[in-house]
Parts: sequence; structure tokens; C-alpha cells
Amino acid sequence: MAKTMAAVQAAETREEMGIVIDAQGMHYRDLNRRLREAATEGEARFRLVNVNGQRYIGTGLKGDLHLEICGVPGNDLGAFLSGPTILVRNNAQDAIGNTMDSGSIIVKGDAGDVIGYGMRGGTIFINGNVGYRVGIHMKAYRQKSPVIVIGGAAGDFLGEYMAGGVIILLGLSERNGDPLVGNYCASGMHGGEIYLRGKVDPRHISPHAKIAQTKPTQIEHIRPHIAEFCTHFGYDADKVMGEPFFRLTPVSHRPYGAKYAT
Amino acid sequence: METFRQTRRSHTRYDRGARNISGCGLAGMMSLSGERTDGRLIREAIGLLHDRSNGLGGGFAGYGIYPEWPDHFALHMMYYSLEAQEDAEKALRHNCEVAREEKIPTRPIPTIVDPPLLWRYFVRPKGDLLVERQAPSEDDFILDLVMTINRSVEGAYVFSSGKNMGTFKGVGFAEDIGEFYRVEEYQAHIWVAHGRFPTNTPGWWAGAHPFTLLDWSVVHNGEISSYGINKRYLEQFGYCCSMRTDTEVMAYLLDLLVRRHKLPVPIACRVLAAPFWRDIQQMEEPERRLHKTLRQVYAGALVNGPFAIVFAHKEGMVGLNDRIKLRPLVAARKDDLLLLASEEAAIRTMCPNPDVVWAPRGGEPVIGTLGSMEVEGEPKRRLEEASA
Amino acid sequence: MMMKERDLLLEEPQTEEAEEPLHEVRVATTPVYYPPEFRWTNDQERCARCKRCIHQCGWKALRWEGRVVADDSKCVGCHRCEAFCPERCITILPNPQAFKEHGLWSVGHRRNLWKQAETGGVLLAGMGNDLPYQVLWDHLVLDACQVTNPSIDPAREPMELRTHLGRKPEAVEVRQNGDGFELVTALEPGIELSTPIVFAAMSYGSISLPAQKSIAMAACELGTLWNTGEGGLHDEVRPFANRAIVQCASGRFGVDVDYLNSGAGVEIKIGQGAKPGIGGHLPGEKVSQDVSETRMIPVGSDALSPAPQHDIYSIEDLRQLIFAIKEATNYEKPVSVKIAAVHNVAAIASGMVRAGADILYLDGFRGGTGAAPTTIRDHFGIPIEIAIAVVDQRLRDEGIRNQASIIAAGGIRSSADVAKAITLGADAVAIGTAALMALGCTLCQKCYTGRCSWGITTQDPQLTRRLDPNVGAQRLVNLVKAWSEELEEMLGALGVNSIESLRGSRERLRGIQLDRTTLEVLGVKPAGVGA
Repeated sequence: MAKTMAAVQAAETREEMGIVIDAQGMHYRDLNRRLREAATEGEARFRLVNVNGQRYIGTGLKGDLHLEICGVPGNDLGAFLSGPTILVRNNAQDAIGNTMDSGSIIVKGDAGDVIGYGMRGGTIFINGNVGYRVGIHMKAYRQKSPVIVIGGAAGDFLGEYMAGGVIILLGLSERNGDPLVGNYCASGMHGGEIYLRGKVDPRHISPHAKIAQTKPTQIEHIRPHIAEFCTHFGYDADKVMGEPFFRLTPVSHRPYGAKYAT
Repeated sequence: METFRQTRRSHTRYDRGARNISGCGLAGMMSLSGERTDGRLIREAIGLLHDRSNGLGGGFAGYGIYPEWPDHFALHMMYYSLEAQEDAEKALRHNCEVAREEKIPTRPIPTIVDPPLLWRYFVRPKGDLLVERQAPSEDDFILDLVMTINRSVEGAYVFSSGKNMGTFKGVGFAEDIGEFYRVEEYQAHIWVAHGRFPTNTPGWWAGAHPFTLLDWSVVHNGEISSYGINKRYLEQFGYCCSMRTDTEVMAYLLDLLVRRHKLPVPIACRVLAAPFWRDIQQMEEPERRLHKTLRQVYAGALVNGPFAIVFAHKEGMVGLNDRIKLRPLVAARKDDLLLLASEEAAIRTMCPNPDVVWAPRGGEPVIGTLGSMEVEGEPKRRLEEASA
Repeated sequence: MMMKERDLLLEEPQTEEAEEPLHEVRVATTPVYYPPEFRWTNDQERCARCKRCIHQCGWKALRWEGRVVADDSKCVGCHRCEAFCPERCITILPNPQAFKEHGLWSVGHRRNLWKQAETGGVLLAGMGNDLPYQVLWDHLVLDACQVTNPSIDPAREPMELRTHLGRKPEAVEVRQNGDGFELVTALEPGIELSTPIVFAAMSYGSISLPAQKSIAMAACELGTLWNTGEGGLHDEVRPFANRAIVQCASGRFGVDVDYLNSGAGVEIKIGQGAKPGIGGHLPGEKVSQDVSETRMIPVGSDALSPAPQHDIYSIEDLRQLIFAIKEATNYEKPVSVKIAAVHNVAAIASGMVRAGADILYLDGFRGGTGAAPTTIRDHFGIPIEIAIAVVDQRLRDEGIRNQASIIAAGGIRSSADVAKAITLGADAVAIGTAALMALGCTLCQKCYTGRCSWGITTQDPQLTRRLDPNVGAQRLVNLVKAWSEELEEMLGALGVNSIESLRGSRERLRGIQLDRTTLEVLGVKPAGVGA
């Protein structure tokens, strides 16, 4: 263990913006421990280079910290995240923002399955496409309302069990004929809103959700999120907002209320 | 051959791994300086404890008895048939270089009836097999062989497997067994002996004490109430309890703790007879943490119920009681001699005027180490008396 | 094919007033009359007309018409009215109304069928499986010392029940250091219990706050554990969090970094004995202001716990979540994984240990629940006795038994059951139903209605105020202390003075009236076979 620590320190440099950690070959446990230590010592800005597959980056960190990740971070990036902002310069994998509480995760590339599972607050911006079951069981609580904005397309079960918060699916990237959103979108939805930009096949949408054209007030409601997305990834917000959006909301807050014999 | 048939009949599904229970007498003597004596004294001592046994088992172990074979494992074997001998020897020759094989010398005694065939072999593991099987050591290789023969060769038992030591045991009173095996012809620096009182089924030869494995030998008085879990704990580490005596778990536990886990002997004793949580709570750090850790990790190795044991290994001899002292044990010192027995009288047989005699507390080991005149657990009283 | 689908792309959105989907619609059918389960009677001569019974009934089964009149169809047989009747004049009888007997069609089957024909709904049930399956505990007996080894008198000699939950290494490394010994091995964080009995997971929401507080207070006083269930941590029970296992289940209600770090350990709930493979629905009606805050969801929102954890579809995913929690808690908390005992439980348990679980919580098919589909509750999973035996043996066969502790739950009724569970190989047991019964529960099994007259499984303030946490805690402490004392008696009879000498010591058990295969699975000899 002492040996690993020495290796970590040797691979650290300081730049004006903060600490640069070369994560080449590091086990996630060592990397995350080093991050927690440095944060405790008062460091607030980190650049992690040569990241490749290290899990749980950002987990257990609290407060206004900034992490920039160069490379592909491992699964559960920002699990239980509570405050920090994480910028991923490449693609990211599965289970980003798992049970996230607050903070922000920005991914320049694509991301995998189960993004923002059980997320209660904070924001996730994915420039590219995402996989299955994104935004599953998101929920809102008091002033906290989680937001996921996806630049590309999404796989099946987007917003499954959704109980609160906002998912915005923009469909900006080339999809090679794939639909904007996969099957069973909003299955079991009983709270929150999903916004879909462009055309939608109603067969992909669960009967648990109502589909409606977005009203101007509702558009204004999501404008700040789209504007932030565009700032992160260099789009023209007005152009993005120019297309029509469809809005999915739950048919009932009790989708299974009549399921049982009483 | 009655015994053999019994053995076979008892190998039914539910009897596998079952064991006899017994009361007993025990004795041990050790020269801390390594000076060797023959087996007459120990035989007399255990003979004195005649009434603690019932003639259904007795035995001896001597250390230093084969100085001409220091690097060879001395395997003492019992065979209940010639086929068993054939099968076991096949296994032996397949795995080991056998440097010498011979019948164990015995003399006919009227009270010792129907002994099995008794042979001994001085062997070393075959080098290429050691490599091929990636055995961590020669000891582990032999351990594996012993377990295999005892478990799977019907009617064949390895009852001694250490280097420069040997066990001699069987069904009968201990003093007769000593006579039968001619223990007076061996010279040893440690002797342990045992007279057995099995309570239910007739004793059988391999089930007598000492129970040995590699260099370990254990003689035991009492019944291990935690046998069930000790056995299952040991099975996790590849030990197979096939001798149907609760004492074997003691030998295996020692092998596991001291040889394989490399725990110092005093620490191993703390595992077998762990201090109570209340006492641990009152210890100072870091001792408290040590004991808390030991009890948590080695919960399955705590030996519960009444026991007094004497165990020996190549470096010494240890006496240990269960932690609430449900069985007797007496210790004594005279010059370089360390003596242990169930009753003081047995000690006086071996050494009429010891310098000090004491009864060790429950769970507090008496540890004699070869080459050291310091005996752990020995009271300081002798010095006080000397100065008074 | 692709193009055809694209042709259907929606141009005109549907209106907001979409039709209700067909499966939500209930069609009223001709009701079939079926007699109530109970007949409520009171002795008019003794009745003092105090109306207390009317007030006590949470089911509104009683009314005043110059005398107390019962609507038997609403009586669930919870005996609250009877317990509070000053004249002891109430008797609740099974309804003697007779149906033609039938060996196949029990009255219960008929009743359920009629109910479903009427409502078209899924049957719900509370508490544990109530079918008369063979109870294996009642076919296992313990050994005792006679002559060859002594029994120990626990009243005068030390007896140890202390138990440590968590991962332990296979061996300890100790270095000789001068005259003393130095411990090199450092144990991973574990949990010390004063007795091998913990309280099962019951969320605030499924049970009332006074009920959960009773349990939490008792756990602290006893030096054992309570378990938040998947309901978050209410401020009122937060002071008792140091003795809590905080649960992280599929709904992730109330789960954040602070929550994970607030307890003695964290539990990932995969399944529950009463409903293996099934999630949970806490209906919006029960999500009061308080429940909302604890679960961190809006008031009135359904709290749906998905059937699986959606970040765990496979064993390697379990490892991922276990270590996510370890990272979030800086490796300072042991992680428990709770599963329902199912057919392949041994292999699953082995995988769980290898995935990093420090504690395995096995819940047998008789485990309780606040609400489960009756079909699942009564017909899924395996008995906990079997599960303990096969898991303990499997972990031993693989040499990984030390790497995790086993908590067994699901139908522990007495200290004898506790002792047998531990002898089969459990490190500790969890009690849920038994704990609620200590608080007054009479096993009427209507927890899912939220009308519990005893104030246990309800959020109605009129009902929950009936339960005083101080009294409740004392009753739980009494129960566990009594059981612990009985455990000491049993250890003494078995001639051992420490619980670890019983743990897994199946040699001390014998089976009665069990078939050979069951005995083999249990690793227990039949009665009559000696040592």
C-alpha cells in the first residue's frame, strides 16, 4: 500500500488550476482515496489524466469541487454525488450519477446504461447518445429536482419508474436510422416530465405516460437547462429550441393504485 | 479381525466422521536441554494413572527416537488386512521415496489381543510430485497423503507421521501398550503418554492417543463439546476428521494455527482456550485488540468443554486446560525437566522431588521450549522460596 | 421494417385527455355473498356500554345503536377491542357458518376466488406465509451433556453470547516482538452484538414511527441492531442510528452519502423472503409529510420500489454497488446484502461473498412483509432452515465462511429457533414478526391496509399515537433479554460457554421425522444416531 501511495505522489503535478493526477495504472481505490485526502486538505480543482476504467470517481467527495477527467472513467461515476462538478472529456460508461444528490456531471461523448438511477438532485449533461434505462426512478424532493439533458438518442426504458425531475432528449446527433427514444419509454412513470425534441413514435411510449405538445410556458421552464447544455457543448440554443418538443407526463401518480383486490 | 469388521460396519452414512467420547489420564515429560531418556519412566507414570482408563486405549509418543533418520518422515501404519497394506503401500510408493520399511517391533502380551499389522516407513516426498502438485512444503505434501490414506484406504491408518518422532498406541491399558511396543528401547527428549476411558463403543487401535499429525502429538483428557464446529471449521482447510476421536481436532488445529498460520505457540493456546470477553475488555491496548482479533477470526477454533491436553512438537511440549478448568492438570519442574500429568502422583513417579509443582490456571498454557530453561506459565514461587 | 415504423412517426400529438388504458378499468360484477371470517360477540349482560371497543377498532367494524353492533365483514380478528374491554365481555369467534367441506377447495381458496372475481385485483397479504408447510424447527432437537462431559450452570459461570458481524480474514498474523506479541493483521470494520439477535428491516412507512422508534431504542439499549428498511432515516430515530443498518434498496428512498454514513453498516436489499423477486409499492396515501421527508419524495407520491435494483442485473454489478457504497463510506462500514432464500441460494451466497458482501442476510419464505401479493408470499422461496444449512456448508466447502457473517431471518418464533438457526450455521438471527408481536401485533395480517388498530403498521395519527415508544422499547428489551437468557441456559446444557462453540456445530442437532434427503441437506443426523 505504501508503494502505491508513493506512485500516486510521483504522478502528481500542480498547475494553476489545481492538481493534476496521472491515473495511469492506478486502482480506483487508490485514486479515490487520494482525491478524498486532497479534498480534505482543501484542494478544490483536479484534473485526472489517463483515466481508464477507474470506478466511483467523485463518490464520497462533498462540496464545490471540480474534477476534469481525461480518458474513459469507469462505472458508477459520481455515485451518490453530493456537490462536485465532473467534466468528462471522452465517453463515459454505465451507471453515471447513481443515486446522485447534487452536483453536476458533464460528458462530452456518449454514455452507457442506467444513467442517473434514483437521482434526486443535480444535473447530468450528455453530449452524445445514451443506453438503456436512463433516468430510471428519478425523483424530486423539496427544492431538489434532478435534470438529465441528452444531446443524442436514448435506448429503451428511458424514464422508467420516473417519480420526479426532468429528462430532456434532444436528438441532435446523427442516429443512423435509430429512433430518438427506444421502447417502453416512461414505463411506470408516476412523476416528473420527459421532453422529447422532434418526432416520436407513440408505440415507443408507455401507456403510463400522456404525450402532449409542449406549451410555451413549459418550454420556458426547460430553457435554462437547454441553454446550459448548449454552453457546455457549443450549440446554438435558439436553434435547438427552434424544433417542437413533446412532453410526457404521468397518467397517474398511482400507476398501480387499482392493481389490488381490497 | 473382529475390530476390522466393526470398523467397516461403522462406515455407514451417518457414522462417517462420528467419534467416540472418552475420559482419560495423561502424562508428559520433557528435557528442556534435549537430553534423551528411555520410555520406562513415562510408562510407570501412566501406569499409576491406571484407574483413569479402562483398558480400551493407551499410547505413547517420543521425540528424538529416530536420530538416524532426521530428514525422513517416519510413517507408522496400522493395517487391518493384507489388502489394506497392499493398497496403502501402493499409495506410499507412488508418492514417496521409501528409504526403509519394517515391522514395528512388538512383544506378545496376554492382554493385548488382535493387534492390527503394525509397520513403519521412513519416507520423503518424490521431488517431481512436489513440484507438480505445487505443494507449499514437504509437510503439506505428507499431510495430504496422510489424509488421503486415512480417508480412502479401507482398513489402513497412518497413526504417526512426524520426523524423528513416533507414536505407539493401541487398545489396552497404557502400561501394557508400552510393554507391547517395547518403549523402553527408545530414547526421547520428550515423552507423552495417555490412558484412555472410552465411554460408549469399544475402543479401536487408531482411535487411541496420542493423536498425531506430522510433528504434532496430542494427548487429551475430556470431551470436546465444541467438536461439531471444530471439525467443520477444520474441514474448510482440508483436514478430514476420520479417526472418530474428538482429540484429532486438537492436533489438526495446532497444525493449522502453528505450522500453517505461523502463530506463535502461546498465541495458538489463546485461540484454543480464548480468554472471556469480559477479561479481554479489561486488557490494555494493544493486547485487547490482539485478543479481540483472535476471537473473531478463530471463533471456529475455540475448543469448548472440558479438556486438559498435553501436546508436543519438535520444539517443545505444552500443557493446556480449558478456560474454566473442567479437567485436571498438574505441572512440575526439576532442573531441566518439565513434567505434566493429570495427577501429581504421576509426576512424583517420574520425579520424586520436583523443585516446584503447580496447577496451571484454566486457559493458561504451560510451555516448555527446547533449549530454553524458561517455562511459560511457571510460577515465580520457586525463586521466592529460595530467597525466603 | 425500419422505414415502415418511421412512416408512423407522430406529427399530431394526442390530446392531454388520453383515454384511460383498458387494464386500469374495473368492471363491477354481480357480487357473491361470502360470510365473514370472524363473528364478533359480546356478553350483553356484562357489557358496561362504555363504547371503548368502538373507539379502539381501527377497522370501523363496530358502531353504537343503543348497544355495540358489529359489522362482522369488517372485523379482522386483531383483538384490539377485546384487549381494551374493561369488562372482558368480548369474544371473537371463527365464523361457524359452514360450507360444504371439500378436500381440494378450502374455504380460503373459495373466498379468495370470489374476491378476485369481484374486483379483478391481485390478492394482497401482510406478515408471513401462513400456509401449513412443515416447520423444520419443530423437527430438530438439541443435544445436552450427560456424564461424559459436564453441563455448565449459566447462573454461576460465565456465558458468552457476544457476536461479531463482518468479514474476517482466514488467518491472523502475529509477530514476536521482544517479550510480547505484535498483531499485524487489521480487521475490516465489523459490528459487535451483545446477543446474536437483531431486529429485521422494517421501514418507516411500512410501520409507524412509534413502532420504529421502539425498535431503535431497544436495539441501542440491548447493544444489537435495528434496520431502517427502505424508508430512510427519520429525525426522531436518527439518535439511534449508531445501532442501525441503513438499507439501500431499489427505490433508493432517502439514500444519500450522509445516510450511508450514519449507521453501523449498510445493507443492499435484493430481496425479501415474503416476496422474492418482487418490489414494493408504498401507496401515495401513506406518504405523509413525515414519510415524504424521510424517503425524500413529494407528499402523496407513490413510493415504488422496483423489483430489481436497476444497477444490479448480475453478480458483477452487485460487486459494483457494494464497492460504490464502500467508497461512499470510506471503507468504514460493513456492507450487508439481503436476499430471499431461493432454490439456488447457496451458489448465490457464494457469489455474494466473492462480490464483497461482509454480511449475508438470508430471509426465508416465512419472512414477514407489510404487503405482498399473496401468491408470492405463500408459494415462493425456501425455508430458512434449509437456506442456513446449504449456505453455511457451501461457504465452508469453498473455504470462504470467514469472509462473511450470516444473519438468518424468516420465521424465528422463540429462543429455541434462534439456537437451532445458530447451530445450523447462522451467526445471528433477525426477528421482525416476533418484534411486532412484542409491540402488540396479533398477526391479523392486514398490515397492507394501513388501518392497524395497534398503531404498528399504520400512518394514521389517531392510531399511531396508541403506541408509546418507551413502553414498546421496554417490551422488546424484555423479549430479547429473556431469549438471550434462554440461549445461555441452552449453551450451558450443551456444555459450552460461548456462542461460537454452538455456531455451525450440527453434531449437536438431531432430526426427528425427517426424510433422509432433508437430513442430508440439513447436514444433521437422525435422532437415535449417536456421536
